[in-house]
Amino acid sequence: MMEGLREFCGMIWKVLSDQPDPKAAFLPLVPEAWRVEVSALLSVLPILMVFPALFALTTVLERKGLGRIQNRPGPNRVGPAGFLQFAADGIKTLTKEDVVPRAADRVLHFIAPLALVVPVFLTFSVLPFGRNLVPLNLDAGLLFFFAVGASTELAIFMAGWASRNKYSLLGALRGIAQMVSYEIPLILSTLSVVMVAGTMSLPAIVDAQAAGSGDLLSRWHVFTPWGFAGFLLFLVAACAEANRAPFDLPEGESEIIAGYYLEYSGFKFALFFLGEYLGLFAACGLGITLFLGGWHAPFRFMEAWVPSYLWFFAKLAGLVAVFIWVRGTLPRVRMDQLMNLAWKFMLPLALINLFAAALWHFLGSTPAGWAITTGLLVVSYWSLGRILMPPGRIGRRVYRYAGEGPA
Amino acid sequence: MLGSGIIKGMVETARNFVGSYIDPARLTTVEYPEERLLPKENARQFPFLLHDGLDPDAGLRCVACQICEKECPPQCILIVKDPVKKPDALGKMQFQPKVFNIDISVCMSCQICVEVCPFDAIKMDTEFELARTDRFGGLLLTKRELTKSNTHFQKIHPIDAAIVDGRLAADKAKAEAKARAAANAAASTPPQNS
Repeated sequence: MMEGLREFCGMIWKVLSDQPDPKAAFLPLVPEAWRVEVSALLSVLPILMVFPALFALTTVLERKGLGRIQNRPGPNRVGPAGFLQFAADGIKTLTKEDVVPRAADRVLHFIAPLALVVPVFLTFSVLPFGRNLVPLNLDAGLLFFFAVGASTELAIFMAGWASRNKYSLLGALRGIAQMVSYEIPLILSTLSVVMVAGTMSLPAIVDAQAAGSGDLLSRWHVFTPWGFAGFLLFLVAACAEANRAPFDLPEGESEIIAGYYLEYSGFKFALFFLGEYLGLFAACGLGITLFLGGWHAPFRFMEAWVPSYLWFFAKLAGLVAVFIWVRGTLPRVRMDQLMNLAWKFMLPLALINLFAAALWHFLGSTPAGWAITTGLLVVSYWSLGRILMPPGRIGRRVYRYAGEGPA
Repeated sequence: MLGSGIIKGMVETARNFVGSYIDPARLTTVEYPEERLLPKENARQFPFLLHDGLDPDAGLRCVACQICEKECPPQCILIVKDPVKKPDALGKMQFQPKVFNIDISVCMSCQICVEVCPFDAIKMDTEFELARTDRFGGLLLTKRELTKSNTHFQKIHPIDAAIVDGRLAADKAKAEAKARAAANAAASTPPQNS
């Protein structure tokens, strides 16, 4: 027993100090028949603990950040400087009455929050969090991520449908329309990375961005023209996928109260909330993996000092902060604006970006490659913005009353 | 170009975010229990009874005329007259309330009781921290809880209090002059049958 405990501590130290294969020393201590289960548990438990904890911290920091953007102090009552607010919120949601509408489909209503959270947790299983820290090294990890991530749409529709409430259903329909629309630019923007890296395995994509032996700087994809464009497209699409402001139409309070989770209270509501934030973290994690060099430090010499997973989480914190910043800045878009942006601007731009990535593949990091791909992307960005998304003519609003007849 | 407005907006929010840490004057929120806004002259919450001098019973201005009780739209005032009279500020013997209750869970802060009171005995208070653990007994304010000194009134509504005090002083002066005149007249007139 003591031996096992020491080995376990040694394993944790191996993880913390960034050594290869931390589980290898521990697993032989476990009986042969249990090894698969114990190994899986050791991979899964950290995810189940770290990301909900990160969610709790994010809710507080987000509220404080949004408050500061609006020149308010934000939550500052519970605990030191308000940082225990998440505990108060958690206790509150846990002790609230769980109301299920009488007309609701009870089974579906119960399953929907679980069906949202479980796939989101599954998406974390293919993300490389650090050197040798990938729970599931699949050859088609990216495909797995999107396949599992897309099933959250089902959960959203389940919730909207099972509640038997018109607002819930409208919110769910909006959610489906938005997520299906933005899934296309999201996947197309990641395809450019797959084309250049030549693999769908996420650890391999991270390796492709590592600094070469002679380089000072890492070869992050975001530092290339197609990678930069792809990263911006990815961020916007991920924002819409995560139903975050300014794309939070499925929960537009002014029209449909709370959207698909209108009829949820207590812990089920908290699960939806958790699922949304975990989805955001997963999307950020994928963006980091594909464009921001995964767990690699920006400079090669830094990788020796700071453990790899810290780089990953620092980048994650940065991206989440950007999403909070965007939420604090932009008002909610209208449904037609949302659809126009997806189909008329982001989809063509993502296709052009694929073409730019192909050019880059042949021209390489030469001056010609830089000039041609940058020129292509800037010109198409500008012209798509001018032609397909012309600036709206905002004039004086004219009101027409019933008695006046058609204008 | 497309997106320039977004950049502009993000710069603006970033400026506010950083600015709120650098310049505390930007934070417009008043952190209520620790900080308070200055009381407003025209604020009103619930009525209170005024007394002159130091003794709340002897100096009570209310004469239990029950006009406020009758006028109160939600009928939240209960007055029981005391048969024992007491002298008012002018020295005249007046009735006084034995019971004066206001149920502030019923009161709608309309100030009609203040408008109708001929004795300036009831005024609106500005006290707003009235949370109670008992919502029935706790919100039924008795005469003892309602009675507050005139100096309190002068503090919370200085302008109104100056007007009221001036009027009362004038009344008192007039009454005293009248009494003096009556006394003089009594002194100057020779006794008739003695």
